[in-house]
Amino acid sequence: MDVFAIIIAALFADNFVLSQFLGICPFLGVSKKISSAAGMGLAVTAVMVITCAVCYPIYTFLLAPLGLQYLNILVFILVIAALVQILEMVLKRFSPGLYSAMGIYLPLVTTNCAILGIAKIVTAVAASEAEAGYTLDVIFGKFVNIHMAMGYGEAVLSGLFYGLGFTLAIVLLAGLRIKADKLHVAKALKGFPITMLAACFMAMAFYVFTLI
Amino acid sequence: MKLQRFKEIALDGTVRQNPTFRLVLGTCPTLALTTAAIKCLGMGAAVIFVLVFSNLIISLLRNVIPDKVRIPCFIVIIATFVTVVSMFIEAFLPSLYESLGMYLALIVVNCIILGRAESFASHNPVLDSVCDGLFMGIGFTLSLTLMGIVREVLGKGMLFGATLWNFKIEFFAKPAGAFLTYALFIAIFNVCYNAVERKLKHKAAHKAAVAEHQTESAVAITKEA
Repeated sequence: MDVFAIIIAALFADNFVLSQFLGICPFLGVSKKISSAAGMGLAVTAVMVITCAVCYPIYTFLLAPLGLQYLNILVFILVIAALVQILEMVLKRFSPGLYSAMGIYLPLVTTNCAILGIAKIVTAVAASEAEAGYTLDVIFGKFVNIHMAMGYGEAVLSGLFYGLGFTLAIVLLAGLRIKADKLHVAKALKGFPITMLAACFMAMAFYVFTLI
Repeated sequence: MKLQRFKEIALDGTVRQNPTFRLVLGTCPTLALTTAAIKCLGMGAAVIFVLVFSNLIISLLRNVIPDKVRIPCFIVIIATFVTVVSMFIEAFLPSLYESLGMYLALIVVNCIILGRAESFASHNPVLDSVCDGLFMGIGFTLSLTLMGIVREVLGKGMLFGATLWNFKIEFFAKPAGAFLTYALFIAIFNVCYNAVERKLKHKAAHKAAVAEHQTESAVAITKEA
């Protein structure tokens, strides 16, 4: 698969938050300040890369040969929870600076649907390859479904760039929210509604990339 | 369980703590699946099933699960029921399974379910928890379906898959339309909710004032006598 296609799709056309609606809870909840938004984005990106790196081999070399694909939800969620826990401990021990930047967001990442989503996506692509069906255009956006051949490297790479796409969206939204706080808005629109309106305009901007 | 408690749980789940519009939980399926009303009904039914059974099991085990590892325990219980419901839908309703896509599996990380497990089922009796799950699920389904109807009629000119007319505003079927519809729904719901609540409070205050006045005058009369 074309690496450039993955990057463009993951960052813009197929952005996790603004076109696939995955990870909306942290997107709305942790975007009050740019620093916390960046921390959350970093945490999500780190966990996504690790998840792809671990869940992909587990699925292709363990679950699929044994015919246990139906256990994927249970296995993935346990693996993700364990990985997040380990990552938190490692960061706390070896890199206190990084831990203070993104550590407190790590427990929240476990129940972020973007993480389980990326695990499902990369393994679904792998499974469809095994069955020699190359039409997964429902899951991926316009860019990627042209050449659908996903190996281990591409799975990890898409984890990285989908994570960065999430970070991009959440940091942009944090900036917009700081501006929106200074505006006089109707009382009914304060809080969630005005944030979602900001997200609506961002989604419009990102939608343009799918038209190219 | 008393009728009063039942009424309270039912009202909390569907209106006062409506998961979609008041608590703003489970936003991912809300935004993604409201392009068609039928998808919302399917998703709602799956969520009701998972919520009722996970609340039941968690409430039964609430004295057994140690406090420190409760979240992993809850997630395993929830994931089990999600696997059950997704296998059932895949086998018996394949077209619905296809249209829900991965959002069916993502019920595991839906914050409504973990939220109810954590804040209600883990320290309430079994019957209460089951009712709470049922009505939270119904509140979720109703709000999702309402949004789905609006977006489907405006965005596709259809209702539950049947074509109504040729006029359509495609914006509402796109991601940006999802955010706009959701924002307006929350705003309208909150305005209505606050108005009704103010009226009820006013009424209650009035009633209390009248009662107080009556007792006062009764006291005055007895004193005079």
